[in-house]
Amino acid sequence: MADIVLQAKKINKYFNDPVRVEVLNEIDFAIQQGEFVAITGKSGCGKSTLLYILSTMDTDYEGELWIDGEIMRDKTEAQLAHIRNEKIGFVFQFHYLLNEFSVLKNVMLPGLKLGKLSEAEVEHRAMEHLTKLDIQSLALKKANQLSGGEKQRVAIARALINDPIIIMGDEPTGNLDKKNSDIVFDIFKQLSTEAKQTLLIVTHDQSFANNTNRIIEMEDGRVISS
Amino acid sequence: MKYKLIAEIASSLLFARWRQSLVAAVGVMFSITMFIALLGFMNGLNDMLDGLVLNRTPHVRLFNEIKPNPNQPIDRSPDFNTGHNFIQSIKSSGGRLEIYNSAAIVTTVSADPRVKGLAPKITAPVLYNAGSIDITGVVSGIDVVAENKLFSFADYVTSGNTLDLKNVPNSIVLGIGVAQKLLAQIGDVIQITTAKGDQLSLKVVGIFESGVKDLDKVQSYASIATAQKLLDQSNTYITDLQINLKDLKMAPQVAKEYARLFDCDAEDIQTANAQFETGTFIRTLISYVVGITLLIVAGFGIYNILNMMIYEKMDTIAILKATGFSGRDVRNIFLGIALSIGIVGGASGLLFGFLLSVAIEHVPFNTAALPLVTHYPVNYDPFYYFVGLTFALVTTYLAGLFPALKASKVDPVIIIRGK
Repeated sequence: MADIVLQAKKINKYFNDPVRVEVLNEIDFAIQQGEFVAITGKSGCGKSTLLYILSTMDTDYEGELWIDGEIMRDKTEAQLAHIRNEKIGFVFQFHYLLNEFSVLKNVMLPGLKLGKLSEAEVEHRAMEHLTKLDIQSLALKKANQLSGGEKQRVAIARALINDPIIIMGDEPTGNLDKKNSDIVFDIFKQLSTEAKQTLLIVTHDQSFANNTNRIIEMEDGRVISS
Repeated sequence: MKYKLIAEIASSLLFARWRQSLVAAVGVMFSITMFIALLGFMNGLNDMLDGLVLNRTPHVRLFNEIKPNPNQPIDRSPDFNTGHNFIQSIKSSGGRLEIYNSAAIVTTVSADPRVKGLAPKITAPVLYNAGSIDITGVVSGIDVVAENKLFSFADYVTSGNTLDLKNVPNSIVLGIGVAQKLLAQIGDVIQITTAKGDQLSLKVVGIFESGVKDLDKVQSYASIATAQKLLDQSNTYITDLQINLKDLKMAPQVAKEYARLFDCDAEDIQTANAQFETGTFIRTLISYVVGITLLIVAGFGIYNILNMMIYEKMDTIAILKATGFSGRDVRNIFLGIALSIGIVGGASGLLFGFLLSVAIEHVPFNTAALPLVTHYPVNYDPFYYFVGLTFALVTTYLAGLFPALKASKVDPVIIIRGK
């Protein structure tokens, strides 16, 4: 059990507007430490909805969610924010860097928020991650001066800054061309094999999914294979 | 550490939209500037207008009024005290205007800790003789030093030295209206006739202008000793005792107390000048209402700008939340933005308000009624600056609070998936 990073127990989710629609039905699975998991499925099958529940951002669901041995039910908004900050790294489809800040600052922000390390140490770590992703030369540029592929790599560096127990991605390659998709995928693969980083990626890119350790396939709000 | 980060993010957002932020800050600045200048100017005028009357009105005045005696002999008779006595044709008694035992009263009043100072006064009706014409008037015998201290007497003497009144025997300070009728100048000797028919020559040592025309046409001042001579009275004779208190609000109570204690009439400033207090109150109220309206308008400006900023920064808010910033952090960021605008706008508003007040003070303002006033009066009471800054902070806080609460409730899911 100790190796289970994230566990969903019988998660149900309904949309109530305009009529009650079931989006997720009895989602039940566990992710072990070090796994590289892809959630696939057709558009509208509820995979993104599931990811937002698993990421603690959506709290309106039935069932239980366990992250790092803790149940997420009954936690306050601030506690959940702290868990996202410390334990979860995010990579989104649309990059979402803060344009007001430099690349380096973008990477540093979650680390500064966590406040476990001094600013100098956070900066040092941020530079290490940027170097590892081969974008250290962009560190002092503004976020809006970067290309899409570069932005996504910065987002990955940001996701890594607090050594999260799991990195979640919502179509991280969905908005990138083939070459950049490959770069991003290679980074994930490398994180998985070398750093034993747990990854949970939502994608509809079948070739991406096929190269992961495990595929959770969804259809109409149910897990059909995992 | 945490607040430093919040402040850093807030300032980045603030400077990313520095033009908007500047507009908001200028809005606050403008309203605080106007608030300060308006209140300073209004209250400067208030003080001046009140000063016209109140400065020369004692807080408590002791005197003897000519009136019918309330204790008629028939009421004292045991034979007639069972019912109500109707008496007709009562005449006023007590023709003596003198305050009895004035020396003892002065000693007692001076020892009262509530009293700031007192000035004796004698009122003597006279006729100014200009050739064959007699002009009716009043000479007030005053203690120049006490009068200067309590009622700024010297401020209203436009030429001549008030101390000459004390130092030169048989001297007089003429009201400007009287002086013009008598064609008298400083150094001239004028003739006056007292109520008892005695004639006296007095040397003019000063001209007095109160700003109240009718008063200046009749009123003159002499020393206590001169006035006693005019009335042919002893050197203990005084008709009025003017008392100024440390706390003006105590006047009605003190007046009542003294009237009983000294068995004379006592009038307090509130009764004597009720209308001035009302006027002052209304004017102050109006300036506060206008000033606060300005601030509220500025508050709406900040509210709008922050609201727009939040719509623009939805992505930023969502990403901050997704990466571990709580709703409270987001709220603090936007409150920080609002308060920075408030502090910067408020502080520069105070500065510009002060400068505008100085400018107003340098605008010439000449009016025949107020000989001493050459420029618009301005009040620099620090209290207005304190109120201005407080209101700037409170309005910006409230204007920022609602958008900030909205920002704190932004659901990151909707924005992240909404693209």
